[in-house]
Amino acid sequence: MAEIIEKLITTDEIKTDEYLVNIGPQHPSTHGVLRLLTKLEGEIVHNVEPHIGYIHSGIEKMTEALSYPQIVHLTDRMDYLSAHMNNEAVCLCVENALQVEVPERVKYIRTIFDELQRLASHQLWWCASGMDLGALTAFFYGLRDREDILDIFEETCGARLTLNYSVPGGVMFDIHPNFQKNVKAFITKFRKKLPEYDKLLTDNIIFQNRTKGIGILSKEDAIAYGVTGPTGRASGFSCDVRKHHPYSAYPYIKFEEKMGTEGDSFTRWKLRMDEMWESMNIIEQLIDNIPEGDFAVKMKGVIKLPEGEFYQRVESARGEFGVYIVSDGKKNPYRVKFRSPGFSNLFTINHIAKGWKIADLVAIMATFDLVIPDIDR
Amino acid sequence: MAFEKYDFTPITQSIHQGLIENVSPLLTTIIEWTIIGVLYLLFIAVFGLFLVYAERKVCAAFQQRLGPMRVGPWGIIQTIADFIKLLMKELITPKSVDKFLYNLAPFIVIIVPFLTISVIPFAPGLQSLDFDIGIFFVTAVSSVGVIGVLLAGWASNNKYSLIGGMRSGAQIVSYELSVGMSLITMVILAGTMQVSEIVELQRGGWFLFKGHIPALIAFTIFVIAGTAETNRGPFDLAEAESELTAGFHTEYSGIKFAFFFLAEYINLFIVSAMATIVFLGGWMPFHFGDWAAFNNVMDFIPGLVWFFLKVFGIIFLIMWFKWTFPRLRIDQILTLEWKYLLPINLFNILLMATMVLLGWHW
Repeated sequence: MAEIIEKLITTDEIKTDEYLVNIGPQHPSTHGVLRLLTKLEGEIVHNVEPHIGYIHSGIEKMTEALSYPQIVHLTDRMDYLSAHMNNEAVCLCVENALQVEVPERVKYIRTIFDELQRLASHQLWWCASGMDLGALTAFFYGLRDREDILDIFEETCGARLTLNYSVPGGVMFDIHPNFQKNVKAFITKFRKKLPEYDKLLTDNIIFQNRTKGIGILSKEDAIAYGVTGPTGRASGFSCDVRKHHPYSAYPYIKFEEKMGTEGDSFTRWKLRMDEMWESMNIIEQLIDNIPEGDFAVKMKGVIKLPEGEFYQRVESARGEFGVYIVSDGKKNPYRVKFRSPGFSNLFTINHIAKGWKIADLVAIMATFDLVIPDIDR
Repeated sequence: MAFEKYDFTPITQSIHQGLIENVSPLLTTIIEWTIIGVLYLLFIAVFGLFLVYAERKVCAAFQQRLGPMRVGPWGIIQTIADFIKLLMKELITPKSVDKFLYNLAPFIVIIVPFLTISVIPFAPGLQSLDFDIGIFFVTAVSSVGVIGVLLAGWASNNKYSLIGGMRSGAQIVSYELSVGMSLITMVILAGTMQVSEIVELQRGGWFLFKGHIPALIAFTIFVIAGTAETNRGPFDLAEAESELTAGFHTEYSGIKFAFFFLAEYINLFIVSAMATIVFLGGWMPFHFGDWAAFNNVMDFIPGLVWFFLKVFGIIFLIMWFKWTFPRLRIDQILTLEWKYLLPINLFNILLMATMVLLGWHW
């Protein structure tokens, strides 16, 4: 029998071929218009080639015609889930270039907003990943709790998704009188909710089987590919910008940089869940101590950066977000480059998804927390 | 006993007598067949739509939503509206499909529940086919559905459909073993394959209690394998929408899509009905030991109501784990079947046989 099968396979009678499947650009698990040209043999992934550019909006080029306060508004269209971090990066870059010292109050508000935004982003991530793995109910739980954060945002700055709250020199408005009360109420509530979600997914045996040991990204590879954020930290690469290059109010507070060692999908999942706890700790340290003072310093009507190159990085929800501005002394930048975390993270996918099954590819994509406009700016 | 007055046999007998006295035997048979056919058609259409509505409401409750609320009070005619929409939709046949097989597939899939439903006793005397090999018939006929799914996956000429169809084929063929074997376990206890006889034997106590440990194991395996056989979550790999968009029915639209959809829900009903018949005593009321008063009250509830109560209980259970668990991976599904469920099942059959031989059951 064995010889017959052997013969059939070696001769052309039963031939297994590799075939190409286009996952995307319109596909439920790519969370946007990402196209993965996947070479499969049966269910096994042999090669994944990410093709990007389907929603390229030319933001970097557009910035060359805009003034600096206007650039801020474009940045939250990139990684819309960490809109405030992106805004802040540009503001910090401009402030550093002009050597403007912002009031302490602004630093505190920005940091609280950073962490709230991180919580909102991670919530959307965990529920959407649950959906990718087939747990549809998780999606609604995540969105329900994210709503509370969005309401807090809305109360203070009028926007829910694209905040535009930071402006060069400070923030656009002072915080709403209810802000502190609502944030504290939210944290008390969310501290009770998170263990529930751990019970729903993290401790679930099916979920663990689907993620443990799948899609391992080694520390060396993480560094080589420039993977940052929770994805990099899950591989043991200490890359938290908040810790290594502190900005805003991060120097004043104590927090732990969560680290993983395995680098598999489950570690990435666990790490982001742990980061939510850490974000709540950070907010709790700051929320009662917001100093009195101005919410912005008066900037000139037309902001002109001195000639030179300026770089500022912040830790967005997905990793290191960098803004690189080349100025020739005019009111518009000469060239702007954004370093987006998703771009570097995405291109490891071929390396780590090889040899796994299609279902694992989906799980890996889910735990990478990809936001397509972040990759395709 | 009191519930005997809900027996449907006199009604069906009187219809039969009335017909045979007035018209020729051939015409009698034709008329009876037509009545039965129309009744089943109506039942499947209405019950299928109802199950879709129930699923949407149950899942909405799990997800802290309201579910359909707009069409009719509490959205009760939402699924009817959806069905009308599906009926009126254009039937798109993609250019490069294998036309004959593509059109055949939904019919094969929808035939299966029609065949299987014929042996299910809804109430005393309300059963159209009473084979002496009823259980065998169910397991045999339910395997036909996989052909439809494979055909749909293959003929669609779409890679996602093909993967979905192949996954589904591997999965259903594997899990049929478990379904069959857990039924065999209970057949050993019952000593017959005749469905009505199995229900009748549970007059003194449901098989789930009568057969205690092995019956409980068999019941658990049956519910798991039954869920897998109907391609429902967490075993819904064949249509895993986050991986394969819609799996084997990606290319189907309109009423052909509705056939797949309806078949899934009716199969869900059939799995629950089989579990009810074999493990939970079919239309038998719930009796507790020698509590005569309690048992008498239970007897006043008609068999039809009992049957559907139990069926809905199991349907709810299956929906519950669909909306809670993440999806398994294809190799994990096959591992679960071949490495865990099948050996447990084989051992369980031995256990049940020993128990029946030694008379350890109640």
